[in-house]
Amino acid sequence: MQVGLTHYLFLSGILFAMGLYGVITRRNAILVLMGIELILNAANINFIAFSRYGGMQIDGQMIAVFVMILAAAEVAIALAIVLNIYKQFRTVNVDEINKLKE
Amino acid sequence: MNLVDILFYIFAIVTLVSAGITVYSRNIIYSAFSLLFTFCGVAGIYVLLNADFIAVAQILIYVGGILMLLVFGVMLTHKVINVEIKTGILNIIPGSMITAIVGGTLCGIFMSTDWLIIEGVPPIKSTTNEIGTMFMTKYLLPFEIASVVLLVALIGAAYIARRDKTSKQSV
Repeated sequence: MQVGLTHYLFLSGILFAMGLYGVITRRNAILVLMGIELILNAANINFIAFSRYGGMQIDGQMIAVFVMILAAAEVAIALAIVLNIYKQFRTVNVDEINKLKE
Repeated sequence: MNLVDILFYIFAIVTLVSAGITVYSRNIIYSAFSLLFTFCGVAGIYVLLNADFIAVAQILIYVGGILMLLVFGVMLTHKVINVEIKTGILNIIPGSMITAIVGGTLCGIFMSTDWLIIEGVPPIKSTTNEIGTMFMTKYLLPFEIASVVLLVALIGAAYIARRDKTSKQSV
């Protein structure tokens, strides 16, 4: 079967589901961040697949570039927050961090 | 089955298997390193979709930047002396159910929708030139805003991560 738009969409759908599973089930905050990265990658595959097959030419790729920029900013901020949480609570497990203030 | 199809399946399998290891592995270091293969596989998928600039940017930004940050985060938040860095999992049953529902819904929508596929569009030879032109014309305002957002985010991240108790009292 010729590889077409649906194959790429399936790939991104499965990748999205895996990222969602990681976000929901992992205890460690950094692994939750990795799951978010998987979700953003799945969205990017969708944008670029539609830009290739939907006749959008280059616009989908531009959106993908902006998604990447925001992913970089997001992971920098999130890791700074995780480091601060580790300094305060000596743990990064998301189910043990249940106080707003020590 | 031509070469492009075979390459697609290779890249898809690499991406999905390493993403599975990332999500399911109990060892954080294994997760971080299999995330490397996930990003490389996704870059290969981008190349197959005629997005060469995005593929190179994916390698540079994700593998060179984001993955390094994540590995530093792992190292700074664990006692690295004990090499076995395990992590627990929770909510397995509701997590699996939500994942199955969302993934099944997405794949069902992808199957049942009759996508408008425009054939005969000639593939762009090199997208870098085109993307540069678009950045300076149609997407000039988002481009500038993105640069400011990135600057503010990085300065803010450095500030948040550096702040400790003594400096907080002095402020």
